[in-house]
Amino acid sequence: MTAAPLDDRRPTPRERAVALATDALLLAVCAVMLLPLVLLVSNAFKTPPDILRWPPAIFPREATLDNFRAVLSDTPLLRWLWNSTLFALLSTAAILTTSSIAGYVFAKFRSMPLDIVFGVILATAIVPFEVYMIPLYFNVQALGLLNTTWGLLVGYLVMSFGIFLIRQNVIASIPDELLEAARVDGAGETWIFVRIVVPLLRGPLGALGVLAFFQAWTAFAWPMIVATTKESYTVEVGLALFQTGFTVDLGRLSAAAAVVLLPSITVFSLLRRQFVQGVATSGLKD
Amino acid sequence: MKSNARLLFVIGALLPTLAIYGWVRVYPILDVLNLSMHEWNLISKNRPFIGFDNFVELSGDPLFHEALRNTTVIAFGVLFVTVPLAMVLAALIHSRTGSRLAGFYETSVFLPHVVSLVPAAMAWKWIFDARLGPLNAALGLFGVAPKAWLFDPVLSVVCLIVLCSWQALGFAVLIFLVGIKNLPTSLYEAARLDGATAVQSFLYVTVPMLKPIILYVSVVTLVAGFNVYGQAFVLASDAQGAPGQLVRVLVLDMLENGFRNYRVGYAAAEAVVLLLVVLALTAIQFGLLRDKGARA
Repeated sequence: MTAAPLDDRRPTPRERAVALATDALLLAVCAVMLLPLVLLVSNAFKTPPDILRWPPAIFPREATLDNFRAVLSDTPLLRWLWNSTLFALLSTAAILTTSSIAGYVFAKFRSMPLDIVFGVILATAIVPFEVYMIPLYFNVQALGLLNTTWGLLVGYLVMSFGIFLIRQNVIASIPDELLEAARVDGAGETWIFVRIVVPLLRGPLGALGVLAFFQAWTAFAWPMIVATTKESYTVEVGLALFQTGFTVDLGRLSAAAAVVLLPSITVFSLLRRQFVQGVATSGLKD
Repeated sequence: MKSNARLLFVIGALLPTLAIYGWVRVYPILDVLNLSMHEWNLISKNRPFIGFDNFVELSGDPLFHEALRNTTVIAFGVLFVTVPLAMVLAALIHSRTGSRLAGFYETSVFLPHVVSLVPAAMAWKWIFDARLGPLNAALGLFGVAPKAWLFDPVLSVVCLIVLCSWQALGFAVLIFLVGIKNLPTSLYEAARLDGATAVQSFLYVTVPMLKPIILYVSVVTLVAGFNVYGQAFVLASDAQGAPGQLVRVLVLDMLENGFRNYRVGYAAAEAVVLLLVVLALTAIQFGLLRDKGARA
């Protein structure tokens, strides 16, 4: 039932029953979606016998921080968190810069050659990262940047969708007259871009920034091949290798996972609107 | 003079970005095509050109066949779970738009799509765990014998489909929600005046009107499914990381050939196969979209 009511009349008992049933069903779905994460975080605070208890409880019987202490002394988890944060922030900055410049130029300086270049960018956007990451690895190797954050960054300097997103936004929301008026007043092209265009793009740049940050933060295959020393792991790689190690201690594994999970959930809940906006526009690109 | 300044700006601004783009996207894509026709062991200066030999060898490689089969099953499994479920959920959530819970629904369905892949996969690994996991314990209540979910080759693929669908669902729901919100309400009013029930207007109004979006979400889901790697890495390796227990997927097989067996050309050929799959899916999407446009 997707239609809004035709008028403001009160819902009939039948409609109210349907709404109630819908809510019950949706709450059950939400439980399935959230419970794995909730239980994981709660396991992190449990004692070993508490973890094994059936049914699994959402709130630990006696909360303990032992798992966190153990995992922080067993692994360089904080170091991995720092590597991931730095990588994600640098990647976000690079993608915002390259996307805003290229998106603006492709939108406002139309010409045959530029349209062709933009077409090439759109075409390469179809190719998944996994297809070309081996040659890209050799690029990083040639620069001597393996096992460094800079090496990781090489894979995440540009985002085709970002260029596309900014181009569409410039076309839709920045009129030529505005730029012409600034030119008549004697403004230089760089000044116009920095002082007029970028501030007007705050909304889409925010959405793109959140997308770029999460893309780098959750990257797996690329850091897996580029960062192969314990010192240079991102938190995803470190955690994936830690959990295949000989430790089967569920409490410690959960604690390590919770340390990684909680920041991204926090950031997501703070920036939910930008994120949803970014993903939603990505779906309407056709 | 004025146009000179503009030309200078375009060149100065765009050149660095394009140089980077060429170096980290265009060149590697061309290079993977080139490498796929060579034999190279990562170290030797010698890279003989061998034409399509790598592809011929792939066609008879049992490990590659296994990887391709697993990956295809996972990709289509995720598609068939995610897309219908996401449409129903989007319609249900949309029907509760005014409700105070609507925001909560959207957020909780979307959250698994955002959180880091490895911790999320670890949560499911615990759920599926044969001895300690709550899934076997819960099934036990109904008299179902415990199963070794992650050690059985068929069940572990099922587990991967569950994990990947759980992650993909939020994205699909979000896109469908945007699509449904953009549909004209007059259609639903007309359907209602004609006596259509809610289920009927979902099946005969919502679904057909969303066809382009369904197509888009399906292709995105399939492409993501063909690139599955991290999920398989976490879920299907046992506590000792024994490689025998892994569900072999394409990206894993490719990385193993490239970096463990030192066969870069061969790995590049696998990457090219992956590319062909993605191109075929995209071509089908555009083909079906054009069909629809021609009819309208």
